[in-house]
Amino acid sequence: MSDDELIWRIAGGSGDGIDSTSQNFAKALMRSGLNVFTHRHYPSRIRGGHTYVEIRAAEHEVQSRGDGYNFLLALGDSFARNPQEEAYYGNEEIKPLSENLDDLREGGVIVYDEGLLDEEEVAELELEKRAEENGWHVYPVDLRGLAKEHGREVMRNTAGVGITAALLEMDLEHIEDLMEDAMSGDVLEANLEILDEANEMVGEEIEREHDLRIPTGEHETEQALLSGSNAIAYGAIDAGCRFIAGYPMTPWTDVFTILSQNFPDMGGVSEQVEDEIAAAALAVGASHAGVKAMSGSSGGGFALMSEPLGLAEMTETPLVLVESMRAGPSTGMPTKPEQADLEFVLYTSQGDSQRVVFAPGNIEEAYEQTRLAFEIAWDYQIPAIIIYDQKLSGENANVDVEFFDREPTPDLGSTLTEEELREAAHDNSGKFKRFNYEDAEDGVAPRSLPGQKGGRYLATGNEHSPVGHIEEDPDNRTFQMDRRLEKLESIREELDERESTQTYFGDEDAEYGIVTWGSSQGAVEEAVARLNEQGHSVKGLSVSDMLPFPETEVTEFLESVDEAMVVEMNATAQFRGHIQRELGRFGDKLTSLLKYNGNPFEPAEVVEGYEINLADEEREPSAQVRIEPAAGD
Amino acid sequence: MSAFNAIGEQREIDRDEFTPGVEPQPTWCPGCGDFGVLKALKQALPEVGKTPEEVLTVTGIGCSGKLNSYLDTYGFHTIHGRSLPVARAAKLANPELEVIAAGGDGDGYGIGGNHWIHTARENHDMTYIVFNNEIFGLTKGQTSPTSPKGHKSKTQPSGSAKTPLRPLSMSLNAGASYVARTAAVNPNQAKEIIKEAIEHDGFAHIDFLTQCPTWNKDARQYVPYIDVQESDDYDFDVTDRREAAEMMRETEDVLNEGTVLTGRYYVDEDRPSYSQEKKAVGEMPDDPLAERYFDDDAEWERSYDLLERHT
Ligand SMILES: Cc1ncc(C[n+]2csc(CCOP(=O)(O)OP(=O)(O)O)c2C)c(N)n1
Ligand code: SF4
Ligand SMILES: [Mg+2]
Repeated sequence: MSDDELIWRIAGGSGDGIDSTSQNFAKALMRSGLNVFTHRHYPSRIRGGHTYVEIRAAEHEVQSRGDGYNFLLALGDSFARNPQEEAYYGNEEIKPLSENLDDLREGGVIVYDEGLLDEEEVAELELEKRAEENGWHVYPVDLRGLAKEHGREVMRNTAGVGITAALLEMDLEHIEDLMEDAMSGDVLEANLEILDEANEMVGEEIEREHDLRIPTGEHETEQALLSGSNAIAYGAIDAGCRFIAGYPMTPWTDVFTILSQNFPDMGGVSEQVEDEIAAAALAVGASHAGVKAMSGSSGGGFALMSEPLGLAEMTETPLVLVESMRAGPSTGMPTKPEQADLEFVLYTSQGDSQRVVFAPGNIEEAYEQTRLAFEIAWDYQIPAIIIYDQKLSGENANVDVEFFDREPTPDLGSTLTEEELREAAHDNSGKFKRFNYEDAEDGVAPRSLPGQKGGRYLATGNEHSPVGHIEEDPDNRTFQMDRRLEKLESIREELDERESTQTYFGDEDAEYGIVTWGSSQGAVEEAVARLNEQGHSVKGLSVSDMLPFPETEVTEFLESVDEAMVVEMNATAQFRGHIQRELGRFGDKLTSLLKYNGNPFEPAEVVEGYEINLADEEREPSAQVRIEPAAGD
Repeated sequence: MSAFNAIGEQREIDRDEFTPGVEPQPTWCPGCGDFGVLKALKQALPEVGKTPEEVLTVTGIGCSGKLNSYLDTYGFHTIHGRSLPVARAAKLANPELEVIAAGGDGDGYGIGGNHWIHTARENHDMTYIVFNNEIFGLTKGQTSPTSPKGHKSKTQPSGSAKTPLRPLSMSLNAGASYVARTAAVNPNQAKEIIKEAIEHDGFAHIDFLTQCPTWNKDARQYVPYIDVQESDDYDFDVTDRREAAEMMRETEDVLNEGTVLTGRYYVDEDRPSYSQEKKAVGEMPDDPLAERYFDDDAEWERSYDLLERHT
């Protein structure tokens, strides 16, 4: 827990404009030269309900939300009360203040809107007493009054940002610039006035009592602030994807929306359709006709895609699907992250499945692995799935702009041109041997596209002959199945030859390992760094290739340690199970650290999990985290 | 230069080109109505100047789904109920393709019913042939959405308690811009209707009565049939929605009493197709998307050029 960082939490009701305010504030911090990382917590409601965004900013690298936080801006939930009747949930107005106190670090700062929050209710919180105990500094400010004086009540966010900046001695320049970009006319005028006035209040009416100041830093190159969903969408664009079909579902909707908004200017097509069965089937249809296409959903919607996914596997139609996990089962907790759809994504749909699955661990990986998914899918004619979660989907971090300066790769992989088709094998009636196992390389039989001369064939989900006729001959069946499965082996070989998509960190010589996957990577990476700083010797591995599984890499890692802890956000240790299934061993070496309460891991929880495990202590971990012992225990 | 030179090719087309030279022979039962659809298509396609390789036939699962095994075009035999979403995306990806979707009554009106409603609503430019045998053929004779009330099957042993679905009325209400019914026993009319459907710019739905002598023995063989356009007993305007709706309702009602009415029911040549609508709002490129991947001069947009909004 370092003091050289700011973790600012802005809390209010859904609909209070927390998202846009925090987005701009994060950008201002980034522009001032800091590294930033955001975390969004919100309920599955449009209005009301306690919501917050956390922005962590520091000169050093930030890979997770961090531990707790040190600055609270509690706006009060302006949508909480239904004036017509006694609201079912009671009065939630106070929640942005009352619900956030537990995670506030010692010595932290609290600013709350005394213009909105009821004096008596604040009194009930015994804020003074708690502040004394924890060394907090509390600043009640009439943000609402300030906003109303110069503009409208909704501008109290601006007032809050102004106070925050002044209390942290932060320059207003970047905040003002961003406001000027986003607004104009009277609205801009009013907001700038509020910002200034709020800023001036500190020092005059408000006396600064705390030590926390804005950290300073400098970026050597230009930075962009973007989310995992942005990265996936941009990876798709650069891979030449120009067709997306979908049906809204949180959190997948973000990727769908970003591409739907960008495609019209890029000659692409986006289709919002009747359900997810249709969405996946459309992606299959578009790909079949020669366009790089994708679809996706979250758990429940992805369940509907099982059958079209199997169709793509059997017809060897290239396809990219994204699965944005949220807490399940069923409708679960729609706006909360979890990594509990892994087994579902690996195994859904009937028969011997033939798919590729990548789980990116951060924003850069989300971009790169989406591109990789398209490349593999079109080279090997196989569905490739990106599995990620609500956390990675919505969190923003700064990325070097130059990172994106790459050539697009719209190439259709193992698709033939008409010229090449003339040389290809046909049957006596002139049908193209689309599924020819005789000449297949790495299991791949090149494909034609409808409308091409000399390429006609039948694609079918039934087992089929080389030209695609339905065929149940045992020899043909075995040849075709073997050929399709060979593709997975070839893909593994290719991936092993390329730069690894797994992420390694920590002390190479350590005898204790921490293994994780997907979006838990950042918190684990920070935890491992902290443990090593504290004098422990720990190494970490975050796996991205879920299928085909990086057998060699994971085996080497696990052989090199005496013990390993697998950290994942689910209740049934799915990734640990996957490792054991794929490798057929290590059951006695692997312990699990599991969290499934709807909130992502904080580094401190991983550190604690390690301490308990290593000491073989009987004590339970403090947070809502569960340790599942190794099979040998 | 197109990468798809089978499309728009001008040449003499022989009907035999649509028959696969090598296996497979149709596996439909003798007397099955599905033969009638195959034959009518083979006749219609050359007459509208289509070559096998510019046609994509997308089918569902059922006896009917085997259509593209025996019709030599580009084919996609998909999964039960999903021919339409696959077909319409192929059309959006390459609008120059002639796309024909086909499947059974269970496939299209049951499990795939939602897709049918929405494809009609959106008026995708394609032909949709539903082999309506009022039964699940391939799975051996269970009740289908169009089986008459009281129809006995292994799964409804005391007779169906359900009123059959109204395919024509549903299609009209959903938004189809061409709706017809024909029958396997009426090959000339079938061919003409298929030709019209293919040439129609929009969603053309043909409810094709195909007798299933194997599982639907007590059902009519759809003879004698009456062509509503040719019969003096019926007089309505196919371009008038209300008259069409009335005629459809009557046709659906009397089928269960043994009177087989067929013909064109609704034709709207003015309604723009989905791709026209989508182009009009600026969400679909003018040139076929599929061509772009073969165009060496194409300039591909990059995410790098979108980053300003994030800095
Ligand atoms: C998802 C799914 N459910 C069920 C089946 C089994 N099935 C195959 S064909 C069919 C019904 C066929 O009836 P219809 O669509 O009317 O076609 P027909 O055989 O009569 O031409 C069924 C239920 C399947 N293949 N897939
Ligand atoms: S079962 Fe019926 S529908 Fe199927 S092939 Fe035989 S006759 Fe035709
Ligand atoms: Mg049927």
